[in-house]
This record gives sequence, C-alpha cells and structure tokens, in this order.
Amino acid sequence: MSIHDLYLLSPEISLAALGALLILVDLVVKRKGILPALAVLGLIVPLAFSISLWSDLAGDNTTHLPGLFNAMVVDHFSLFLKFVLLAAVVVVILASTEYVKKIQRFQAEYFALILFSATGMMLLASTTELITIYISLELTALPIAALAAFRRDSRSTEAGLKFLILSAISSAVLLYGMVIVYGFTGTTSLAAIANQISQMTLTSGTPFGSNALLFGIVLIIAGFGFKIASVPFQMWAPDVYEGSPTPITAFLSVASKTAGFAVILRVFYVAFPLDTLSLDWGALFAVLSALSMTLGNLVAIRQTNIKRMMGYSTVAHAGYILMGLAAVSARASGGEAALGPSGVLFYLGGFAATNLAAFTVIIAVSNRIKSHEIDDYAGVGRRAPLLAAVLTLSMLSLIGLPPGVGFWAKIYLFGAAVNTGLGWLVVIGVVNSVVSAYYYLRVVKAMYLSEPQSDVKISFGFPMRLAVGVSFAATLFFGLYPTPLLNLARTAAGALIS
Amino acid sequence: MGFSGLLTITVFLPIAGAIVIALLLRGDKLIRTFAALVATADLVLTVIVFARYDTSVGGVQMVDKIRDWIPGMGDGFAVQYFLGVDGLSAPLVLLTGLLGFVAVLASWHIGHRVREYFMWLLALQTGVMGVFLSLDFLMFFLFWELELLPMFMLISVWGSEPRNKREYSAMKFLIFTILGSAFMLVGILVLFFSTGTFDMTALPDAIAGGKLLLPAGMVFTLLFVAFAVKLPLWPFHTWLPDAHTDAPTAGSVMLAGVLLKMGGYGMLRVSVGMFPEVVSQFAWILATAGVINIVYGGIVVFRQTDLKRLIAYSSVSHMGFVVLGIASVAGVAGSVSPLGLTGAAMQMFTHGTITGLLFLLVGFIYDKAHTRYIPDLGGLAKRMPFVTVALMVAGLASLGLPGTSGFVAEIMIFLGTFTVWPWATAIGATGVVLAAGYILWTMQRVMFGPIKERFADITDASGMQFVPIAVLVFAIIVVGVFPSIISDVFSSGIEPITRSLENVAQTRLR
Repeated sequence: MSIHDLYLLSPEISLAALGALLILVDLVVKRKGILPALAVLGLIVPLAFSISLWSDLAGDNTTHLPGLFNAMVVDHFSLFLKFVLLAAVVVVILASTEYVKKIQRFQAEYFALILFSATGMMLLASTTELITIYISLELTALPIAALAAFRRDSRSTEAGLKFLILSAISSAVLLYGMVIVYGFTGTTSLAAIANQISQMTLTSGTPFGSNALLFGIVLIIAGFGFKIASVPFQMWAPDVYEGSPTPITAFLSVASKTAGFAVILRVFYVAFPLDTLSLDWGALFAVLSALSMTLGNLVAIRQTNIKRMMGYSTVAHAGYILMGLAAVSARASGGEAALGPSGVLFYLGGFAATNLAAFTVIIAVSNRIKSHEIDDYAGVGRRAPLLAAVLTLSMLSLIGLPPGVGFWAKIYLFGAAVNTGLGWLVVIGVVNSVVSAYYYLRVVKAMYLSEPQSDVKISFGFPMRLAVGVSFAATLFFGLYPTPLLNLARTAAGALIS
Repeated sequence: MGFSGLLTITVFLPIAGAIVIALLLRGDKLIRTFAALVATADLVLTVIVFARYDTSVGGVQMVDKIRDWIPGMGDGFAVQYFLGVDGLSAPLVLLTGLLGFVAVLASWHIGHRVREYFMWLLALQTGVMGVFLSLDFLMFFLFWELELLPMFMLISVWGSEPRNKREYSAMKFLIFTILGSAFMLVGILVLFFSTGTFDMTALPDAIAGGKLLLPAGMVFTLLFVAFAVKLPLWPFHTWLPDAHTDAPTAGSVMLAGVLLKMGGYGMLRVSVGMFPEVVSQFAWILATAGVINIVYGGIVVFRQTDLKRLIAYSSVSHMGFVVLGIASVAGVAGSVSPLGLTGAAMQMFTHGTITGLLFLLVGFIYDKAHTRYIPDLGGLAKRMPFVTVALMVAGLASLGLPGTSGFVAEIMIFLGTFTVWPWATAIGATGVVLAAGYILWTMQRVMFGPIKERFADITDASGMQFVPIAVLVFAIIVVGVFPSIISDVFSSGIEPITRSLENVAQTRLR
C-alpha cells in the first residue's frame, strides 16, 4: 500500500469521507437544510479526483493503473462508470431534499447511507479480485437495506427486510460460486483466473470444459443476477421498489443496476474470456435476457402503481442490457469485439439519465398528489405541463423512441446483437419494446387525456427543479447528439477488451 | 456533397414553429395565425424544392449531408445526416407541404387546448417530411418513429366522441405502427451489419453485390411488414378505419393524405428499390394482396353508415391500387414497364389530394350538421352549394373520372399491370366500378334528395374555410389536366429502379 494506491482510491475515499462528514456536521448544526447542499457540493471532490484520474490515463501507454496489490484497477471503464454513478447520486440527493423534510431525525444518516452505498458501487467498478468484489457488493447492499426501510411503516420495513434477506441469500450463492472458481484455479485475481483456465487445456473434448467450473460460473451469474434484478432473480424488485422511499427506488434502479452490470462485465470479460473457455456464457445471458424482457414487460402491463410498474420496467431493461452481454461471441468469431460492452455502457448511461428523469418527475408529482396510482396522474398534463412533458419524453425514451437517448441506446444494443447473429433475440427485443409502449404510454394517457381531480398547480422547489432539469437535459441532449456519450462508452469498453 | 440547407429548413421549420408556440406564444388567435404562417412558409419551401428539382439531371439533388453526424462505433455504424430529394420524393414532399397547410387552415375552429393542438400538428409535419427526405436509413427510421406521438395525441385528445373509443383507436394506431416499425428496425440493422452502410443511395448496389446476414427474402419481409401496416395492406389494415374515423378533421387529412403514403413510399424506395430480385419473385403476392385490398375495401364501404368510416374504407380500396401497380415489377418476357410503378406513385399523390379533400369536407359537414350518420343526412346541396361542388369534384376524382387526377393514376396502373397480371388487373378494375357505386350512392344520400327539416338553416362554407377546399380542388383538376407536371418527376425517380428491375428480369429469362 502506497500513497499512489490512495490516490487511485481517492474518489471512493473522498465519497466515504463525505458521508462521515455529513453525520458529524449533523451533530453540530441546527438547520438541517444545509445537509443536502453540503452533500451535493461535497460530491465535487470525488468527481474532481475521477476527472484527474481520467486525465492521467490520457497517455497512450497508461491505460490501466493497477493498485492495492492488483485488487483494483483504474481504467477508462471504471472511471466511466464512476461518472455515471456520481451523476446519479447527485440527482438522487437533489430529488431527496423534499422527501427528507418529512423525517425529522436521521437526515444526515439518510444521505450518508446513500454515499456509503455509492462508495461500494464505485469500488465494484474498479475491483479485479473476487474477495474485493464480494466486500464491495456487501458495502453496496447493506446501506440500501437500511434506506429501503427508512420510512418505517409496514411497507417500507417489509421492503428493507426483503432486500436484506434476499441480498444475503444471493451473496451466499455468489460466494459459493466464487469458492468453486477459486478451488478450481487456486487464485482470486480475475486476470490470474483467466490465465489458469487458459493453461488447463479444457477447451476441447468435454462440452463445457469442466462441469465444476461451469457450476461456479452459473452460481456467480445467479448472484449477480440478483443485483441487476434479472429474471429469475427479480422477485424482490417490485416489492422493494414499491415500499422504499421513491428517491431510494430511483437510486436502486439506476445506480445499483449500473454497478451490477459493471462488475458482470469486468468479471466475465477479464476472468472468463471466451477464447480460452469453451463455455459460451453469452448463450446463458441471451436466455436470461429474453426471459427478463418478456416477463418484465408482460407483468408491467398489469400494474396500477407507478412504482411497481417502474420496478418491472427495470427488470425488462435489465433484459435489454443483458442482450449486450450476450453479444460477446463476436469476439470469438473475430467480429467487432467492443460493440457489445460499449453498447452496454452507452445504455447504462442513457438509461440512468432517462430513468432518473422519469423518477424525479414521479417524486415531484407524487409528493403533491400523495399517491402512486397511475390513475391519480390524471390531468397532470394541465396541473404541471413541464413535468408532464418531461415524463412523456422519458417514457418515450424508455420505449426506445426518439427524441430521447433511449432510441440510440436500443439501436446500439440491438445492433450489437444483430452483429453477432442473435437475430432471434433482437426480434424478441423489438416485440418487447412494442409491448412496453402500451404501459409506458398509459402514464402519458392518464396525464394528458383524463380530467384533473383538482386544478391546483403542482409546484416544487429549486433542488427538485435542478434534479429534473439535469436528468432531463442529459436525456434530451444525448438523444439529439449521442456522440460524446458514445465516444466515452467506446473508450471505456476499449479498456475492458484490451 | 455539400450542404445547401434548403431541405433542412423545409424539414425542421414546422417543429421549430411548434417549439416557438410551446414556449413563447400565448393566446389562441395568435397561435392559430402563427401556425398558419409557419405552414404557409413550409408550403412555399416545398413548392421551391419541387420546382427546383431538375428532372433532366435526375438523381438526388439539393443534398444536405454531414458525413459523421454520429461517428462510428466499432467499424462503421456511422450515422450520416443526409437529406436529399429525388424524383420519387419530390412530389410527396410537395404533397406534405400542401396538406400540412390545408390541415392547419382546417383546424381554425379548434377551441380546445389550442396551443398543444397546433404544436402536435406542426410536429407531425416535420416527422412526415423527414421520412420523405431522409436518405440515411437510420434517420428515415428516426423520423418514421417521430411521427407517432403527435398523431397519437391528435387522435386521443381532439378526436371524436366518445372518449374511450378514440383513445382505443389512438392506441391501436400506435401499437400497429410500432409493431411494424420494430420489425423494420431489425431489417435496417441486418442491412447495416451486412453492408456496412445506412446510406439509402448506396444500399441498392451494396445489397446486390454482397451477402446478407439473413436470407434476402427475410430482410425484405421484415422491412415490408412495416410499410404494409402503414399503407395499409390487408390483413394489416384494421387500425385504419378506427384511426381515421376518430381523428379530428386535420388529423384525418394528414393521416389519409400523407401518413399512408409513407408506406407506399417505403415500398417503392426500399422494397422495390433495394430488393428488385425478391420483389419480382414475390410480385404475385403483392398482386393478390392488392386486389384483395381493392375489392374487400370496395365492398365493405357499402355497409358503412358513418361518413368518415366510409371514406376510410375507400382509402383501403384505393391503396390497393398502389400495391397492384407495384406488382407490375415482375415484368413480362424480360421487360419491365415503368408505367405501373409511376402509376402507383401517382396514385399516392392523387389519393392524398382527393382523400384529403374528402375528409376536409366531411369534417366540415359534421361541424355544421353535428352528425356523420348517413341516414340522418340528406339534401344538403340546397343549403351548401359550394361544399357540394367540391364534394362532387373529390368524389368524381375518387372514382377516376377523366379530367381529374384520379383517372390518370388508375389508368397508368391498369396499363402497366395488365400485361403482367391480366387477371388480377381485371378483377382490380372492378374497384373502379365499386367506387362509382359507393361514391354516387353516398352523394345522393347525403347531398341530394329532399332536405331534412333540421338542416333548414345550415350554412355554406365562408371566409377562411374556402381556402383549403379551393386549394385542393385546384390541385385535383390541375393534375388531372396536366398530369405530366407530377408524373414526369415521378418517372425520373422511378427510371433507375426500372433499370435494375429489367436487369433482374433479363437474368431470370436467361
């Protein structure tokens, strides 16, 4: 451990320190309104460190900065995800300001827990070693369990408990998978695992190389599948989404998913590269993708609560993103390797912007109308024209229609899948997009077509406005001009491939 | 390739107007006037585009191109910003400008949520215009999708009563179209990854020269379904009667006038233009489907008692002619006549003006008489002479009376297709007879006969209402008398397509 290691970890360290600072400040100040402002301003520090690290990588020969005994690495991939995560945290904190006014005590803890969880997520993007991955995952999950239960009513408590228990089970499954892989290769470092596997001459003969290794990988997929709420590990998502405070729901659906996909990409691309492993895990992801999309969308149709609907929609989107992981086999067949992962990263960025825009509006509206039923969104189009317009465009973007960034995100992911010969999966994907149009547009329909229950304008404060504005601006900007995000995603994916 | 900017302005002027309306303008009167100004300006622009298109040079003109609008991901995947006009699109662009203008003027009486209404109407125009002018396949797709939401909103907020019926219709329209375009997206992506380009001008050669990831017939089908839904081709037509009936007048005008043409345009440019081999193989399916459209639509019309639904089904019938004309691509004895394709394109243009006018007039009658139920109407001619004359012109053009634009298109289609599919053409020609039947019968029931008492003090069109009606009547007659102003342009766009079709036919002969 050296000073340089600390520098590599600086975004995470400063983020955790910010969380601790918030709790300390809370002890001495009376006006709690200062806390979110401090949190948002404080986030500039980890962001600055991340930018500084990115600029260190600008040189041609320093694409990877390994540290902490090779347990983590700073590369474009991890930094891209850190940017997405930090942006998501900023929006979530801004969107929480009105919510926390309702809770008299523990405001600082609320923000601190978000920051601690985000620290775990950022670590996840950087780790290259199984035990570190496991610890980072726990650091991510435990604060969320507390946050989910923060409202302390029966729904919220149920959400927290459910998350905690299922998260523990999935961690156990994951750990078991890791143990098997370790027992098989004798190392926990991802690169070393790949190295070991490649020397084992398992590539021919038996169909899956080794059943034990296969078993380990399947368990690891199951463990990660929980974090990204993919079918068949999605059952926690709708209940937890509904019960949690809405800003936490947004945090879960955006940040938690981003981190989950980050670690999946890292583990599978680094530890189990296809060219040394005869197991085509791409096919596994393809099946999970098809299941997630279909189940998520079909069940979402029946939902009347907007938070539950968004919960199932998140499951469906996990399915779309898995398509990008399934598109890995281009690598084996000599096609364009970066298309799959860069598609995933672009989608994660675009999805974060779009989903946050949608959730911030839901928070703002539901705060006022005191309901999360879609039917109660009647007439929001007239009570809050701007919010309704933002939500409409976000919904279109989630369907994958222009002018939001979701359009390009889907095009790139579907493109990656077509490129690797997964035509059948793409057909399932586009049919699912059509199905999803039905329930997303039901919200639009309620807002514009139904008569409002009251004519009171829906007003909201400055932080909320900022949250809606930032996320919506990102959705629309990258929808009209996706180039910058695309270039970042490509650079980031490049780090993973080389 | 350069950037002249004319087409860019033509495409984006309406949506820019919509944004100005949304953000800056207050007051219904001001908004209406402003929308009319924008639509007029766009009409003038489309006239300029049409007039500037030089048929003696042909090809793609007035190009606006930015090669790396969105740079490549991996190898290629670059999306170009590529607008251009050729013989195939120039008349349709003119049609869009014309009907966009008509639609705004026809909405003068809208009093409910005026600002939003004109916003969506103008946004719709940008979507359609973009489809006709995009020459990059991904941009084409983008505009194709962009048009959905405005139409959805127009139908579901300003459509006819009762509310749940129009919301159902709007959703049906949307789901059908998205389903079609979802398959189109797969087709576009397969084409891209097979050929490495989205450029629609380069794709025909690239497809002919290269090997596709999927069998060409499959890619063709993926793309064709989207166009068939939009046109609409039987059995994908069921959304149309609902959507047309429940849309507000201007919505029906745009829907029947230009949105359906996106389907026909896609068939000509993509299905025929890019897959000459496949399309000549499948031409018999097109001929059959076209004839079913014509006859089925024509017969179902007779059972309709709602005026708008009646016109909607007549549209189904008339769009059948487009497909029948396209079916002529199979050719006989190694030669392909351009007449069928030109006729199909002409039919799109004339149907746009004719049905646009029909919907306009029916909407007008409904506003005055408060009913579209045919048995309730009758004898309106006595009180509405101007409307009656206009309706006569539109009706006679619709049944293909010589001297009107409808005649030109249909005769071209029959001449072009007869040698290729004699039986189908013969059966299809009965569609004209059916049209004569339902049009004249409807005219008689609605406009003539003894006037009903409740219509004693109904009034004729006045003031602002004359303008859109007169414009369309003028267009119908002018194109009927001088069809070459439109058909020459179409021919110049269809000529290269016919050439590649001939090659295919020759190879097959050998």
